[in-house]
Amino acid sequence: MRGVTCGYGDRIILSNIDIDLPRGKVIGVMGTSGGGKTTLLRLIGRQLAPMSGQVLFDGIDLAKLDRHGLYALRRRMGMLFQFGALFTDLSVFDNVAFPLREHTNLSPSMIRDVVLMKLDAVGLRGARNLMPSEVSGGMARRVALARAIALDPDLIMYDEPFAGLDPISLGSASRLIRDLSQALGVTSVVVSHDVEETFAIAHHIVFVANGVIAAQGTPDEIRASTDPLVHQFFTASPDGPVEFHYPAASVTEDFGVGGRA
Amino acid sequence: MNWLNPAWVGRAVLAQMAGIGAAAVLFVRLVALTPLALRRFTLVIEQTFFVGNRSLSIIGVSGLFVGFVLALQGYYTLQRYGSAEAVGLLVALSLVRELGPVVTALLFAGRAGTSLTAEIGLMKAGEQLAAMEMMAVDPVRRVLAPRFIAGLISMPLLAAVFSAVGVLGGWAVAVLLIGIDEGAFWSQMQGGVSWWSDVGNGAIKSVVFGVTVTFVALWEGYDCKPTPEGVSRATTRTVVTSSLAVLALDFVLTAMMFSI
Repeated sequence: MRGVTCGYGDRIILSNIDIDLPRGKVIGVMGTSGGGKTTLLRLIGRQLAPMSGQVLFDGIDLAKLDRHGLYALRRRMGMLFQFGALFTDLSVFDNVAFPLREHTNLSPSMIRDVVLMKLDAVGLRGARNLMPSEVSGGMARRVALARAIALDPDLIMYDEPFAGLDPISLGSASRLIRDLSQALGVTSVVVSHDVEETFAIAHHIVFVANGVIAAQGTPDEIRASTDPLVHQFFTASPDGPVEFHYPAASVTEDFGVGGRA
Repeated sequence: MNWLNPAWVGRAVLAQMAGIGAAAVLFVRLVALTPLALRRFTLVIEQTFFVGNRSLSIIGVSGLFVGFVLALQGYYTLQRYGSAEAVGLLVALSLVRELGPVVTALLFAGRAGTSLTAEIGLMKAGEQLAAMEMMAVDPVRRVLAPRFIAGLISMPLLAAVFSAVGVLGGWAVAVLLIGIDEGAFWSQMQGGVSWWSDVGNGAIKSVVFGVTVTFVALWEGYDCKPTPEGVSRATTRTVVTSSLAVLALDFVLTAMMFSI
C-alpha cells in the first residue's frame, strides 16, 4: 500500500498508510477497535476503493482493474470472514466445493478429492455432510478456511480468526495458519486482537490506531516499543492515550450532581 | 421541519436519484446476464421450484375463491337482464383479462417477493454476498439472475393456474349451486373469449408484472441495510412498492390495450 487514504462518505478511516506485505510471510494487523484493521483487509481485496494512494498486488494497481481483471486477481486471494460467511443453503462439502465448481472444469470425482483434502487440513473431513446450522462457530470458521484455500491462493486474509474460540480451537487455528503459510508458501494477513497467538505466528506486526500506523516491525520490536499507545494496548492498561469512555459530558453535569441543592 | 430546509431537500432528492440510477443499472445488468444465467439452467430450475411451485397452493386456493365470488356477483347482476347464462363468459373475461394477472401478482409479491427479499437481505447481512465477491463470483450473476428468470417464468404460469382454477370455481357455483345450464356456461365462454385480445393481453400483463415484482424484490434485498431492521424494512417495502407498481402498471397496460 502506498500513501493510502480511505473512508466511508466524509469519514476518514485510514490516512496515508504505507505497508508492505512480503510474499510467504504472516503479517499480523493489530490495533484498537474501530482503528481501521478490517478496512485494511477490505482495501486489499478492493471491496473498498482508496480515496487516494495505491493498493498494489504483485505490482498491479487494484484501482485500475475492471471487473474481469479484479475477479482474475481475486482468484489468487482467499478471505476468512469473521463469522465464516458460509452459504447457509449449502452443506459443508458444497461450501468448500463452491469456488472449485465456479472456477474450474474439474470432474466431480476430482472435486470430491480436493474438497476432502481441504476439509482434512482443517480437521473436518467427517463433517462434510453437515449443514452450516449444524456446526459450531469455531467449526464454521474452519470450514470457511477450507473454502478460502480451495483454489490454493497466493494471499489469505483472516478477519479475527481467533475471536470467540475455546483454547483448544484457538491453538489449532493458529497452528493451522502457520502451517498453511509454511506448506503452501502463501502470504497471510491476520487481523486480530489476540496478542499471544498473533505474536506466536506473525513474522511482522502492523499496529493500526486512529487511522494511522502507530508502529510496525517484528513481534520483538513491537514488544520493545516505547510508543504510549502500543504500550497501553499490550499491557491492557485503562490509562493511556486510548480512553475507555466515549467522549461525553462530565458525570457531574449528566447526573445533575450539585445542581439540585 | 426538515422539508423546509433546502439543503436537506437537495440531499434527499440526490439520494433518491442515486437510488433510482443504481436500480436501473442493476436492471440492465440482470437483463444482460439472463442468457449467461440460462446456461446454468439447474440454478433456474431450483429457483423456479422455490418461487413457483411453492406458491401454487396459495394461488390455487385464492383463484378458487375469486371464481366463486365472481360467479355469485355476476349472476346477481346478469339475472336482472335475463342473461344469467353469460355468467361463464363474465367469469372468464374478468379472470384472464384482469383479475388473474393482477391478483396473482399481488399474491406473488406477498408470497415469493418477500421471501426473495429476505433471503438476499440475510445473505448480505451474513456477508455471504461479500464472500462470493471475494471468491471472484459475481453475486448478480450467481444469485440474482437465476431468481429473476425464475420469477419471469413463474408469474405467467401462476396467473394461468389462477385463471383456470377461478373458472372452475365459477363453474361450481354457477352450474352446481345456482343451476345454470352447463352447455350455455361453456359455449358462451368459448364464443366470447378471444385468444389474442383477451388471453394474450392477460399473458402480456402477467409477464410485465412478473418482471416488476421479481425485480423490486431482488433490488430491495440487494440494496437493504445489512441489519435485522434493514431486512425487515426491505421486506415491507417489497410488498408496498411492488403492489403499487402492479396496480399502476395495470392501469397503463389496460389503457394501452384498449387503444390498440
